[in-house]
Amino acid sequence: MAYDKFTTLTSTAVPLPLENVDTDQIIPARFLKATKREGFGDNLFRDWRYNNDDTPKESFVLNNPIYSGKILVGGKNFGSGSSREHAAWAVYDYGFRCVVSSFFADIFRNNCLNVGVLPVQVSPEFSEQIFEEIYKDPNTEIEVNLPKQTITIKSTGAQESFEINSYKKENMLNGFDDIDYLQNMKGEIESFANDLML
Amino acid sequence: MSKTLFDKVWDSHVVRKIEGGPDVFFIDRHFIHEVTSPVAFLGLKSRGLSVLYPERTFATADHNTPTINQHLPVEDPLSANQLKALEDNSNEYGISHWGLGHKKNGIVHVVGPENGITFPGATIVCGDSHTSTHGAFGAIAFGIGTSEVEMVLSTQCIMQPKPKKMRINVNGQLGKGVTPKDVALYIISQLSTSGATGYFVEYAGDVFENMTMEGRMTVCNLSIEMGARGGMIAPDETTFAYLKDKPLSLKGEAWDKAVEHWKTLKTDADATFDKELTFNASDIEPMITYGTNPGMGIGISKNIPNAEAVEGGVATYNKSLNYMGYKENDAMIGKKVDYVFLGSCTNGRIEDFRAFASIVKGRKKAENITAWLVPGSHEVQDKIKEEGLLDIINEAGFVLRQPGCSACLAMNDDKVPAGKYAVSTSNRNFEGRQGPGSRTLLASPLVAAAAAVTGVVTDPRELI
Repeated sequence: MAYDKFTTLTSTAVPLPLENVDTDQIIPARFLKATKREGFGDNLFRDWRYNNDDTPKESFVLNNPIYSGKILVGGKNFGSGSSREHAAWAVYDYGFRCVVSSFFADIFRNNCLNVGVLPVQVSPEFSEQIFEEIYKDPNTEIEVNLPKQTITIKSTGAQESFEINSYKKENMLNGFDDIDYLQNMKGEIESFANDLML
Repeated sequence: MSKTLFDKVWDSHVVRKIEGGPDVFFIDRHFIHEVTSPVAFLGLKSRGLSVLYPERTFATADHNTPTINQHLPVEDPLSANQLKALEDNSNEYGISHWGLGHKKNGIVHVVGPENGITFPGATIVCGDSHTSTHGAFGAIAFGIGTSEVEMVLSTQCIMQPKPKKMRINVNGQLGKGVTPKDVALYIISQLSTSGATGYFVEYAGDVFENMTMEGRMTVCNLSIEMGARGGMIAPDETTFAYLKDKPLSLKGEAWDKAVEHWKTLKTDADATFDKELTFNASDIEPMITYGTNPGMGIGISKNIPNAEAVEGGVATYNKSLNYMGYKENDAMIGKKVDYVFLGSCTNGRIEDFRAFASIVKGRKKAENITAWLVPGSHEVQDKIKEEGLLDIINEAGFVLRQPGCSACLAMNDDKVPAGKYAVSTSNRNFEGRQGPGSRTLLASPLVAAAAAVTGVVTDPRELI
């Protein structure tokens, strides 16, 4: 499905410095019963975000008004667990366009790229610097430049490059997805399939 | 050039290589279920696309299904709606559909192999991370997202960069009471939940060579829990014997020809891996997890390690132990248990029920335990009855439920209540995984059985 093009994003960021944040926390299984791709942002981090009586947990970062923005900064091994794309939908639907971590789980990274959320993997040291600056000043702005593949902490000027393969980069820059590409090679696929044994 | 098993299967399915990008990767078999497919079909419809090869896709209902009274309408309207969507979409596009009540219905990763849909050298995907299970047959099998489900339906391909290769060798003799689940939990505890991220794993060594297909499926199933995209084991006589005469397996000459090809699917002697690890079977004891990810596992006789000894950071470790209500250095033996769950795509096969029955035979269910014994499929359910295991289970005070994913992810009514402890044979102990606030201890069917009859965490070796 088409999503907004991604070029350069400058925004404050929300810090979540826990490791191994799994997709069951990002969107618990009981919210996967929809047959449409809408409204998942309301249940992003549901059990960390709300008490049993649906009142917000003050201690959770999404309920802390001093933090906001389109960038979520997570701890190492972000998005481990289930293949549910709903987790990436929830991140996008809530309003995040970019997740920063020192390490992503594979399927989550893939799902993000397919739905218009840019996963930016940084070094553990740079990740620490971001957390430090945000905690010093929640208004700290982070600039994510996809064409240049750089991430910058605006207040200190600290910058790192990040990896993204050139095909996925083109897709993100243009708001295209893989199906657009694959549709154009149906003949090639069919002739490949005809040569297969099974 | 020398190739690994993974290379051989991968390279033979690349339709096109994109410079600097992913491979266009052809998919032989696609499984769909009710949770991750409806939005993919909506996408197809909105783009006006059809399903390119409906005969390569198989639908089964499992994630949401009740495990009692399956003959009655599903009460939860949202679940019923998803099941109906799966049925309607399958019918509309000509896809085989094994819905609730169908004699072949069950967990996707159980019914695929049972019916011979899974085969060596195949590429298999499903919108479920435990698709890695099918790697036990020498297939490349992995979980995908819903956008990719839509891609496979419409083009039978996905766009995928080739992962790096890792080989994990386990050699030697497994000790008494040590099962394939323990081998997998041990490896995950050594690697952590991110230790194999970016890799596809081949399991090698005599422990896997001597393992049954059920055991190999359990191991490959859990590959995803160490971060790997999937795991695989070279096909051999054990594999061929399992698949022969399965309903959808090849027959006659076609079978013989296929087996000849499948015998070539092994890693060449001089092929290399990006990473190689070796473990000794004798170092592995029955395992149990104490924390909130599958990497937080220890030998059942051990105490919970200190924060410093664990990968993952002190804040994460403390949050995890706090959630579980445990303290560092606590012993796991004797810990309180409220629920026992035998089932899931990890341990819902006939061998798992045989293991469970071997412990509970002649014993009685502990009074404090609620036990959910959930076969992975109708076929497993039938075998439990045929082999007399049902009598053993019933005499011990247990009840057998009907097939489905059940408490593994608690999308149906089988939810462990907040604060309660479950010894679970499933694959994930994440916070709230088996119900909001629930606490999960992952373990083998033998450990589950030992807890079910004693009411606390118990070393199964004492009951064998």
